[in-house]
Amino acid sequence: MLELKSVSAGYGSFQALFGVSIEVRRGEAVAVIGPNGAGKTTLMRVISGLLETTSGEIAMEGRSLLDIAPHEIVATGIGHVPENRRLFPRMTVEENLKMGAFAPAARGKYKERLAFVYDLFPAMMERRNQMAGTMSGGEQQMCAIGRALMTGPSLLLMDEPSAGLAPVIVQQVFDLVRRIRDDGYTVLIVEQNVRQVLKLVDRAYLLEAGTVKSGGTAEELLGSESLRKAYVGI
Amino acid sequence: MSLGAVNTGLTGARALQAAGIGVLLILPFLGGSDYFMHILIQVLIWAFIYTSWALMGRLGLVSLGHGAFMGIGAYTVVLLWNFLGITPWLGIPIGVVLAVLLALVIGFPCFRFRIVGHYFALVTLALGEVVRLTIIALRDHTGGSLGLTPNRFGDGTSWYALQFADKEYFYYIALAVWLAGLGIWVLVDRSMMRYALIAVGEDEGAAASLGIRVTVQKLRITALSAALTALGGGLYAQYLTYVNPSIVSGVTVSLHIVFAVIVGGMFTAFGPTVGALFTITLSEILRISFGAQIIGLDLSIYGLLLILFIIFLPKGILGSLQDLAAKRAREAKAD
Amino acid sequence: MAFDIYLLEAIINGLLLGGVLALLALGLNLIFGVIDVIWISYAELVMLGMYAVYWLHAYYGVPLVLAGFIAILGVAALGFLVHYLVISPILSSPPINQLLATGGLLFFLQAFAMLLFGNEFRNIGLRLPIIVIADMYISFARLLAFGAALLGMVALYLFLSRTFIGTAIRAVSQDREIMAIMGVDTKKVYLITSAIGGGLAGLAACLLVLQYDVHPDVGLSFGPITFMICVLGGLGRLLGGFIAAFVMSQFITIGGLYLDLEWGYVLAFVFFIGMMFWRPQGILGTRS
Ligand SMILES: Nc1ncnc2c1ncn2[C@@H]1O[C@H](COP(=O)(O)OP(=O)(O)OP(=O)(O)O)[C@@H](O)[C@H]1O
Ligand SMILES: [Mg+2]
Repeated sequence: MLELKSVSAGYGSFQALFGVSIEVRRGEAVAVIGPNGAGKTTLMRVISGLLETTSGEIAMEGRSLLDIAPHEIVATGIGHVPENRRLFPRMTVEENLKMGAFAPAARGKYKERLAFVYDLFPAMMERRNQMAGTMSGGEQQMCAIGRALMTGPSLLLMDEPSAGLAPVIVQQVFDLVRRIRDDGYTVLIVEQNVRQVLKLVDRAYLLEAGTVKSGGTAEELLGSESLRKAYVGI
Repeated sequence: MSLGAVNTGLTGARALQAAGIGVLLILPFLGGSDYFMHILIQVLIWAFIYTSWALMGRLGLVSLGHGAFMGIGAYTVVLLWNFLGITPWLGIPIGVVLAVLLALVIGFPCFRFRIVGHYFALVTLALGEVVRLTIIALRDHTGGSLGLTPNRFGDGTSWYALQFADKEYFYYIALAVWLAGLGIWVLVDRSMMRYALIAVGEDEGAAASLGIRVTVQKLRITALSAALTALGGGLYAQYLTYVNPSIVSGVTVSLHIVFAVIVGGMFTAFGPTVGALFTITLSEILRISFGAQIIGLDLSIYGLLLILFIIFLPKGILGSLQDLAAKRAREAKAD
Repeated sequence: MAFDIYLLEAIINGLLLGGVLALLALGLNLIFGVIDVIWISYAELVMLGMYAVYWLHAYYGVPLVLAGFIAILGVAALGFLVHYLVISPILSSPPINQLLATGGLLFFLQAFAMLLFGNEFRNIGLRLPIIVIADMYISFARLLAFGAALLGMVALYLFLSRTFIGTAIRAVSQDREIMAIMGVDTKKVYLITSAIGGGLAGLAACLLVLQYDVHPDVGLSFGPITFMICVLGGLGRLLGGFIAAFVMSQFITIGGLYLDLEWGYVLAFVFFIGMMFWRPQGILGTRS
């Protein structure tokens, strides 16, 4: 479904990704794990078009994303839940969700998808006229996921959805991700909660210093002694 | 001469500077017309004012209200002379003091509360309007928007009244003041103040933690800039023997100051002077070619050029030339 | 002390003036909020709009309302061009350069108006009645301007809150970088915002030309006060600017009542400077 071939990217003269190749197949849940500053967020941004690549190839369903304008990538079915949620703080929950349906193709399905998101997150329904910036972290995360779902994605990129949340809420967020995945979405997720996320995904890539260090099924990675020492902390 | 100084070595630059000053000193004896002298004096006085503005501007303190200081300098000297008979030799310093006081009153809270960027620009713009409107509102003394002429003293040439029938006197006064302005720029450049303020410009938080008293340093440079601008304003009033709110104060004057500096380049000592030379020559050429027949065409072209400058040459003429020279030098070294 | 009818009259006039100032501030704030640039030449767009109405109506005899519509569309197109030609090439330069580029535009537009229309003061020659209520004189033109300004603002409010593109305009002002993942082309939003900002300037022009003479420098008489209103309300904050417009207009009219008109403005500016030190972020602003 999504394929990256030796993608490099960076910020100005600083290079953050060095020839990264990964693949996500339809229906899969795939995790990207790695230490702080490894380039995980950069990878997500490159996929959704927020950052330009310097070399390499990215294709969604066989179609190259590199010659599509950033704001048109969403139409290929890529939804992005960005790092730190990035909601519009002084707009209501419903307006935030509305923005997710901005693309011409999504507008026609606005009502329908809004009902779907409210169904998935009844709490959002209750708070739909509240300013997004005044909600709790967990609620904001729901709203951010809801906003990405409003774009009608087939592939959902999630960048650290559990970051900065209380342990109880973290659990809820993981339940949510599981549910989305079971609903048939393909998921590419970045997480620091390595142990939890590996229970949830089919496969994972380990990214370090801008390169893919290893990859494999969740079991394989859980079984790998070095990874467990470094990231799982057991 | 200033352009030549860019490329040559230090001694060469010194020699050029000496030669340039020499030429400027004997210029009045070369028999230029009154008009030519008039343009020269204008260039020198404005170059001085532009330099004063750039002392602040290059540190990121973009003031859109220097018309306030200029207006205070100009009106103080004329009002004191006309109503109290106080000589400009006292009137100008009093104007300078008033301008400094105003700069401190505005500057202190601005820097204390870290009002920067757009906000600083707009607060100073408001200041300029306050001074312009106050001048107009005091119309019983200032003549409102029609302006004011200093009373003539004797036969019109007097050191006491700082009035001269011949342009040569003002030429030398303006030359001296302009040179003093450049000297002050160099002094500021050499003193610690500059390093401190550059640190401030880049990262206020870090500079503050280094123990630099940000507010005090900014205030010092602002007071200096205001003082010199007021001096320039006083001198300009004496030279023109006429002041009116729209030539010495208000948004238009303030914007002209900023633009000329940008056109010349605000990061080198001669930049503002090049700006004055360029803008005044340009507007004179445009005025003479089109002004008489078609009003507005000269200023339209002028405005258009300003926009193009900001888009394509944001470092100004001199700044861009220096960049070019530096690039050449680097390439030459690489070969 | 007897009830002061003049004071009440001044307050009402201030309220009416505030409506037009609020409209101007709204346009400028919208542009600042979305694009992060201050159009120092905003009032000059208004000036051109006033000329458009004047020429169309007083010279070519186009009905006033139609002339007004044409002027609004014309200034909207001009706003689009300002962004396209002047701002977009330097979008990544320091903000102060953008501000100064529009400053160059200010000179250009003033001089260009001088070139096209000459130096005379022009009046559209419309005689609107003066309304007398309980011994107070209220200009009908002002009342009309106030009403139209309010209508314009309500229309803008509905547009910004009900439509997709309107919501996107507000969203860009809160987080421009992330918009692409929702399929929003920020460049297009900038252009639309600039055109709307221009349209608001055009509407203000229609309302001002009912009350004041047109002249190439007319922008300078209400440009600065509009900037102060925007900053006072918190740059980019639409509601803040709205409130600030009414505060400032009271200073102008009440100050003008007891002293001179200029003193009214001086008071307003001094109040503004004072407020900056008390609440640097503006009435409703939050400081980043
Ligand atoms: N806007 C930027 N400008 C310059 N460098 C950046 C920028 N964003 C990220 N970087 C650098 O790129 C590298 C990768 O950053 P990235 O945000 O992708 O890491 P990450 O794996 O998501 O880290 P974290 O787990 O902390 O979120 C880091 O060294 C970071 O400093
Ligand atoms: Mg990250």
